[in-house]
Amino acid sequence: MPSLNVNGKVLEFTAESDTPLLWVLREQLGLTGTKYGCGVAQCGACTVHIDGAPTRSCVVPASAVAATAKVVTIEGLSPDGSHPVQKAWVALDVPQCGFCQSGMIMAAAALLKSTPKPTDADIDSAMTNICRCGTYNRVRAAIKAAAGGNVKQAGLGIQHVDGSTS
Amino acid sequence: MTARISRRRFLGASAATAGSLVVGFHIPFAGVASAQPAARPEINAWVVVQPDDTVVIRIARSEMGQGTLTGLAQLVAEELDCDWAKVKTEYPTPGENLARNRVWGNYSTGGSRGIRDSHEYVRKGGATARVMLVQAAADDWKVPAAECAAANSVITHRPTGRTASFGKVSAAAAKLTPPANVPLKDPKDWKIAGKRLARLDTVDKTTGKQIYGMDLALPGMLNAAIRDCPVFGGKVKSVDAAVAMKRPGVRKVVRVGDSAVAVVADTWWHAKTALDALPIEWDYGPNADASSAKFAAVMKAGLDAPEAAVGNEVGNARTALAAAPRKIQAVYSYPHQNHATMEPMNATARWTPERCEVWTPTQNGEAALAATSEAAGLPLAKCDVYKLLLGGGFGRRGAVHDWVRQVVAIAKEIPGTPVKLLWTREEDMTHGMYHPVTQCKLTAGLDAEGNVTALHMRISGQSIVAALFPANIKDGKDPVVFQGLNAPGPEASIGYTIPNLLIDHAMRNPHVPPGFWRGVNLNQNTIYLECFIDEIAHATGQDPLALRRKLMSKSPKHLAVLNAVAERADWGKPAPAGVHRGLAQTMGFGSYVAACAEVSVSPSGTLKVHRIVAATDPGHAVNPQQIEAQIEGSFAYGLSAALYGECTVKDGRIEQTNFDTYRVMRMDEMPAVESIVMPSGGFWGGVGEPTIAVAAPAVLNAIFAATGKRIRDLPIKNQDLKKA
Repeated sequence: MPSLNVNGKVLEFTAESDTPLLWVLREQLGLTGTKYGCGVAQCGACTVHIDGAPTRSCVVPASAVAATAKVVTIEGLSPDGSHPVQKAWVALDVPQCGFCQSGMIMAAAALLKSTPKPTDADIDSAMTNICRCGTYNRVRAAIKAAAGGNVKQAGLGIQHVDGSTS
Repeated sequence: MTARISRRRFLGASAATAGSLVVGFHIPFAGVASAQPAARPEINAWVVVQPDDTVVIRIARSEMGQGTLTGLAQLVAEELDCDWAKVKTEYPTPGENLARNRVWGNYSTGGSRGIRDSHEYVRKGGATARVMLVQAAADDWKVPAAECAAANSVITHRPTGRTASFGKVSAAAAKLTPPANVPLKDPKDWKIAGKRLARLDTVDKTTGKQIYGMDLALPGMLNAAIRDCPVFGGKVKSVDAAVAMKRPGVRKVVRVGDSAVAVVADTWWHAKTALDALPIEWDYGPNADASSAKFAAVMKAGLDAPEAAVGNEVGNARTALAAAPRKIQAVYSYPHQNHATMEPMNATARWTPERCEVWTPTQNGEAALAATSEAAGLPLAKCDVYKLLLGGGFGRRGAVHDWVRQVVAIAKEIPGTPVKLLWTREEDMTHGMYHPVTQCKLTAGLDAEGNVTALHMRISGQSIVAALFPANIKDGKDPVVFQGLNAPGPEASIGYTIPNLLIDHAMRNPHVPPGFWRGVNLNQNTIYLECFIDEIAHATGQDPLALRRKLMSKSPKHLAVLNAVAERADWGKPAPAGVHRGLAQTMGFGSYVAACAEVSVSPSGTLKVHRIVAATDPGHAVNPQQIEAQIEGSFAYGLSAALYGECTVKDGRIEQTNFDTYRVMRMDEMPAVESIVMPSGGFWGGVGEPTIAVAAPAVLNAIFAATGKRIRDLPIKNQDLKKA
């Protein structure tokens, strides 16, 4: 039985070898945080990390992912939503409908890992995910906030229930 | 949003073998009616206060990203005087609404109406519940209620300082008779509403926990993929089901209506790939030769047709135009566009002869219930719909529930087994309810001083209402087609005073189904009018702002938002080198909006939108930071439409099939957006849609300023922007 290393666990699954990683994650492994948006690597809603590289899982056959390769999905980015990108996203109320945001967050986390202080141009070239609600400016602000460790720099003045403002 | 009833979901056998993958999450399996009353005292339909002080606020309208869920909760919580940190929300099902004599009112979430149509009764729900909680505490203390007050979920008896939390008295409060006519707060006293509060539904969207319709998994569920005839109006001629049945996991091939075929399998990937392999022969029907070009000619003829429905008339425009010493004329056009929600259409249904249940992202739970009942062949009382968060709506998931009818038809073939239907992106792109296509001929009469003495706007083209709600067409007139061009009044009124004005519509309907598309008819009407006003300004040597101010002296609210953006954008002062500005304003969905765009166009014709300044007067601002998010999002959606949005028809079918051929704006193209939220009070306007309409014309007018090129046909991608 084929297996994948997903979020730090070796998981066996049953699927034809040409089944895209996306559908193995969603339908065989129950990890539905990774979304289907286009199936042709255009929208980025299916972005996961494979050995740290942001990858559009809708066009990668599961059989092309080595059993030893480390696959990380949004569910495994942090155990409790505490990754700096996730925290910045919450602080700045980035998501609207939220459907594209798993992919956005995975792309942003990979960007910050390789480029801890990204310029606007770095962000433009790394963040090619589609958001139809139009959260792009808050996505940019949240990436900068995560990079700078300061969620107040965006100046949005959002009041949170814990009494903080960001 | 958290639903009350959580269930542990057991995944398929293969996942179970992987161990530790039993995932617990919250799914609305049952609605409010199944609540255990003892643990969940319902003060009234809108408010439940649990003994642990958790306040559960019921939300009838749908959350699709626009923030309505949080905004409505803020309004209830404001009047309730509860602790915002203790607020949770839940959706009562449309079936429960019917069973309770529609106590939650209308479920429709479109037309930017989520808050503006329901603010009063939801606030009354909160206020009434507060009075009942205070009364219950007063009764317990045997003191007059007038000596008690609520704040932050605590009731205090002022003379003695005694306190009780809402949760302590909620069971007693739930038994009291609700008082009538509880007064509402003056918005100037708001402490929860009107504030820049964080949304209630953000955290799960950052961890993958949020369940969308696509993610739903029910025990024993099967998955379906569907293909409808690529030509609207066509039918299935024949299908060789045996080919699909040989493929792994396939359980059934189902004919859905006379135009579609679905494959049902254990997994969606199996269903989808089997459908791809399935030979289907189509009868393309009467529209097999239809094309965008052919229909454009039909609309063009409508521009000069003698018969047209009049939407707005002042004086006598035809006579005044005939007498005018100078005339300006231009013809504009706007294409079909797909909503392209990020989450393709989907729903899950379980049908038995006794009952049909549907789980789906919908903008209108009651309309989804009606579609379920019809498709199921069961009375409404034997059906229900469980709403799931929408991965985008934009109008696609509101008026017509074609995908719900499909899934019920499929589930009916497999009684008792839940079936989830998910459209491919290709199915979604080619079977939308498209932004209506129209053309517009504008003719202005000018006097010797360049004053506008007459304006005739002839719109020719598609009517959404004629297709979806034909009973609302009176004497051949679609009232919604004139959005933004109506006579002075509270809805979608024109801001210009022109002594002789005629705005009429020659309805011409193609075979492509239209739908309400975020911004609806305000989108193209604002392009037509605001670009043409810009044309008049340039043709008469007037500043575009000065001309608008002259024509808007009797429309102070329209003018106020325009002035606000002009001031913030330094209109009239030099822009950065190479940068050019354009203005637009309109009124629609109850709100006044304006924008100034700053663009540059390179010598080779590459457009860059640098900065947008946008102002909105929605009357009351329930959550300003979310209004700003809607304004920003409106530019992403509106500029995607302006730059790239176009669905063309060839051989009766839509040519664009995915995001590679239906391009939308990405992050590198998104301009900086400065929002000015300037509520002037006294009315309630929407915020999800109006700003879309000013995105394109502000940019188009700025492109003219940069290049001298007047773009009259959308999208911009089809135009050469190289300087003339």
